[in-house]
Amino acid sequence: MSGSPLISLRGVNKHFGDYHALRDINLDIRAGEFFSLLGPSGCGKTTLLRTIAGFEDLSSGTLMIDGRDMANVPANERPTNMVFQSYAIFPHLTVAQNVAFGLRRDPRSKAEKARAVAEALEMVGLAGYGARAAHALSGGQRQRVALARALILQPKVLLLDEPLSALDKKMREQMQVELIRLQRNVGITFILVTHDQEEALVMSDRIAVMFEGSIGQMDDPETLYRRPNSRRVANFIGKMNFLPAEVLTEAGGRVTVEVTGLGKGEITREQAPTGAPSGPAVVGIRPETLTILFEGETTERRWVDGVVDEVVYYGDMTYYDVRIPGVAEPLNLSMRNVIGRPVLEVGTPTRITWDERSLVLLDA
Amino acid sequence: MKIPALRIYAFIYLVFLFAPILLLPIFAFNEGRIIAFPLSGFSTRWFEALWERPSLHSAVQSSLIIAVLTSILATIFGIFAARGGALANFPFKGGIIGFIMLPLVLPEIILAVALLVLVTKVLGLAPNLYTIVLAHTLMCTPYATSILNGAFANLDRSFEEAAMDLGESRWSAFRLVTLPLVMPGIVSAMLISFIISLDEFIVAFFLSGNVTTLPVYIYGLRRQSDQLPIIMALGTILVVLSIVLLVAAEILRRRGLRRAGVEDSGGFL
Repeated sequence: MSGSPLISLRGVNKHFGDYHALRDINLDIRAGEFFSLLGPSGCGKTTLLRTIAGFEDLSSGTLMIDGRDMANVPANERPTNMVFQSYAIFPHLTVAQNVAFGLRRDPRSKAEKARAVAEALEMVGLAGYGARAAHALSGGQRQRVALARALILQPKVLLLDEPLSALDKKMREQMQVELIRLQRNVGITFILVTHDQEEALVMSDRIAVMFEGSIGQMDDPETLYRRPNSRRVANFIGKMNFLPAEVLTEAGGRVTVEVTGLGKGEITREQAPTGAPSGPAVVGIRPETLTILFEGETTERRWVDGVVDEVVYYGDMTYYDVRIPGVAEPLNLSMRNVIGRPVLEVGTPTRITWDERSLVLLDA
Repeated sequence: MKIPALRIYAFIYLVFLFAPILLLPIFAFNEGRIIAFPLSGFSTRWFEALWERPSLHSAVQSSLIIAVLTSILATIFGIFAARGGALANFPFKGGIIGFIMLPLVLPEIILAVALLVLVTKVLGLAPNLYTIVLAHTLMCTPYATSILNGAFANLDRSFEEAAMDLGESRWSAFRLVTLPLVMPGIVSAMLISFIISLDEFIVAFFLSGNVTTLPVYIYGLRRQSDQLPIIMALGTILVVLSIVLLVAAEILRRRGLRRAGVEDSGGFL
């Protein structure tokens, strides 16, 4: 990526009275990136977005957009546009009037503006809806109008505040794909706020995971999923089993760990995002990287015997809890349901195996 | 399931409420000068008699001027209060909004005496038409505010922000988005304030000075029993006018809700 970042935050803090909503945020977002702010409610992600939009002042720190300091630049003069969580479609206007709202000061002729509106509506799949009353639209249609209304101004940055949370599951998945395609087509930087980890993983180039006003980890989706840097991040993104462990030695990029229940094993230095000092630690392992050995199957990898404690059948997948000796919590694991593979019952003795490359070493 | 007791209650309740008002048109259109049954024949002479009273005309004129100015002022204050209450956050918000509503529960006679003292003793002014306007504004602002609260409460906080995000200043965001959405509420608040001001007696009586409003004029006629049918005719006109304005206010309020596509959250009718 060439040049300086499009958006740059340095030491940004935000206080609401006694409440410290944003804590020392440092963040660079590149032009053309699909960037997500992910976190539980109250983590400050929406505040951060509203700060970029210009609806909240910074308590301290600097915000630069496109090389320009945004201090004292009001929302209506920033090169950003926002899709609100409620969509904020003006109910007294038609769809076309809503989309054309931001063009009021545009010097183009009426006919040219009308053409721009028609193009924007077509881009979001609402061609021919211009004359409809805004309050008669469905949730998905409102969202498309909100997108068209923001994109018609060709902002440098499009800010999306939980834009899919009001839609049902099917609609949400469809809009995820459409948003990705739209972002690729227009090439505008998107910043998405969401509490839905799956949504963030599916859509983003990079994700910042936020907790209590700070960024816990900022990475691309795969790194975030495979190498979370803390138990908090690992827990928020997907499921993960945690086992107490002890780091024995570290030499030549190889780390030897004793993992409770799984025994002694060797991992690479890359599997320890926060370092591997000798002593107590925690090893995380994702449910889908643990495998049950069914009857007749063998492995050359390491294995451990356990007993099925709980079975949840999910159609394409079955989720098991398996108790193994020496570990208090049963291990979560998921198996794809392929033909010829039985769904085990509770109480079945079972043998599970894993790949050491899927382990991640975290601070205790 | 039918509950006759409740139906009887509802019937008696309505008779209790409206029977006195029904007497107005009955005697206004009665031929006889004496207010008593049996009726002595239909006549519009009392309405005709209204036209021949210049003092009544000047009272009507004063009342209309006061009511129009009051409705404008009270509604403007109501807009500020309701927008602040619905869309802004500031310290002691609850207490301040509460103070705006306080005149609703103040006894009018106390308010009237206090205002008279304020105007004549503290400010040293002679009571006139405009002191009544200010007093009525004080009384009508809580009503206007509570009607407008309903209109503003239905607004999404994001509307003005969205307009600003799309390039409008704070003021033009208000003008282009909020104002059209609350306009029916504004008209409704003006109509209600207008009726309240037009019908108000106590404060107008204390502060009238050399100005006579319509209710004060009617009060002045009370001792002359031969004038009673004229009062009945005047009262009939006022009741009809009040009902028409109230219905108009409610129709506008509901139309506004429909236009904004929101649920009805109560009103006056």
